[in-house]
Amino acid sequence: MTESAIPLGPGVLGRGFGRALPILTVLLAIVVIWYLAAVWMNAPWVRDQAARADAVLTASDLIRQTLTLERPVLPAPHQVAAGLWDGIAGQSITSKRSLVWHGWVTLSATLAGFAIGTVAGIGLAVGIVHNRAMDQSVMPWAVASQTVPILAIAPMVIVVFASMGVTGLLPKAIIAAWLSFFPVLVGMVKGFRTPDAMQLDLMHSWNASRAQQFWRLRLPSSLPYLFASLKVAIAAALVGTIVGELPAGATAGLGARLLSGSYYGQTVQIWSALFAAAILAAVLVMLIGALERLTLRRMGLAR
Amino acid sequence: MTVIQARDVSLTFQTADGPVHALKDVSLTIERGDFVSFIGPSGCGKTTFLRAIAALETPTAGTLEVAGMAPDQARRQRAYGYVFQAPGLYPWRTIAGNISLPLEIMGFSRADRAQRTQRVLDLVDLAGFGAKYPWQLSGGMQQRASIARALAFDADILLMDEPFGALDEIVRDRLNEALLDLWKKTGKTIGFVTHSIPEAVYLSTKIVVMSPRPGRITRIIDSPLPRDRPLEIRDTPEFIALAQQVREGLREGHGYD
Repeated sequence: MTESAIPLGPGVLGRGFGRALPILTVLLAIVVIWYLAAVWMNAPWVRDQAARADAVLTASDLIRQTLTLERPVLPAPHQVAAGLWDGIAGQSITSKRSLVWHGWVTLSATLAGFAIGTVAGIGLAVGIVHNRAMDQSVMPWAVASQTVPILAIAPMVIVVFASMGVTGLLPKAIIAAWLSFFPVLVGMVKGFRTPDAMQLDLMHSWNASRAQQFWRLRLPSSLPYLFASLKVAIAAALVGTIVGELPAGATAGLGARLLSGSYYGQTVQIWSALFAAAILAAVLVMLIGALERLTLRRMGLAR
Repeated sequence: MTVIQARDVSLTFQTADGPVHALKDVSLTIERGDFVSFIGPSGCGKTTFLRAIAALETPTAGTLEVAGMAPDQARRQRAYGYVFQAPGLYPWRTIAGNISLPLEIMGFSRADRAQRTQRVLDLVDLAGFGAKYPWQLSGGMQQRASIARALAFDADILLMDEPFGALDEIVRDRLNEALLDLWKKTGKTIGFVTHSIPEAVYLSTKIVVMSPRPGRITRIIDSPLPRDRPLEIRDTPEFIALAQQVREGLREGHGYD
């Protein structure tokens, strides 16, 4: 344990650039298409305005105006970027206009829901692997829970909790947990069952108890599956939280920001909140990825 | 002293295609300190018999006694160490960690674990590799580590199911020599499944030849070879004659199918 040097992968930076090139190319293509779409979708309104004012529009006037509208049908990338920047850096983080503040509201409920979902998923998986009755009964219900549209469940959860005087983080976390427990459950049932017959026979030959078998064999064997599941689960938890923020007329969170943007036709605000949510999801998944690499490398399981 | 006693042991698996007679009326006595090889074509029940001794399978008829007890009771008292064809080391544990795994499960103290781990590492000639991870060792070294793991808790019986089957011949020769050496030092009773005639003849004091459908013993050959066996013994007329006997036994059992 002491002297074993664990080799790092080759030239992380060099490889990083090689991998970034295709990503950047695709990103550039998306931005170009987005600009073209913005011009095309906003053009009717600009033409309408020009016709009413009896003004003559040149092509360059048209393009300039379609990309600078205050309430465009589709805001241009630079408008969204400006909105995002203003929301993140341009406001005091305690302001209700700050995306950092809204992001934190969403993040805290996401993390709480993710934690509940993960514990529930692992707990149910342990039960399924160790208990025949649970093995035969839990999974259909778990699948059924995921086939009910979350959009239908979310308002009920919010309303039921509100009637009990519970509002804010907890109801949203429950909705997030509803979505995030499932991938953990499926992944961990598979993970706990990875040890092959020989490994289990060895444990049996040593007269190991089921608890010893679980802690020393099943749990460590399942970790690669756990991390794969957690990546799906945290993204699902974020979606659940945002959906949970939509119905209550909530005033805080990225979901509320999306909703109020759509009430008032503030498309730039909608898109900014959307991108804030996407960035948040990406960061969370990357954090779990980093934790995964660290753990599996230390355990000698990295592939 | 008799360590393993089988009387008319039969074992039938119920499968979707009907019953499969893995073992039929197998009777065998293994004395303390014997090195017994089980040889035969696949499906002859040699692995099944070894697993029955280890209480990993349960005979459907006959009586089987291990160290004077029912096999399952012997298992609970950790009467045997079992070595599989694959080393089955945990990749997340060091070699020493893997060897002390059964000791942890059996509740040995930390100091005792360290001392025993060191002792068996020496015994299989892996001293100095305790801190390495399995992937840092060759296949032969990994298999030696798995043998050390089976020896760590001092069971009197060592059961080995084709432990060198996945290794190349040069490594296998070396490990065979090492295994004989280890057997001499420890005085264990060893049950050894193989389908290599030279391996069986070189290692054993008793060779059990088995045949399939139903799995049964066709011949039990007591080896006249001395217990001290250099590798060169394989070129002596006695060795070659013994190998010939085993080959005949295998041919007898095969029939026309």
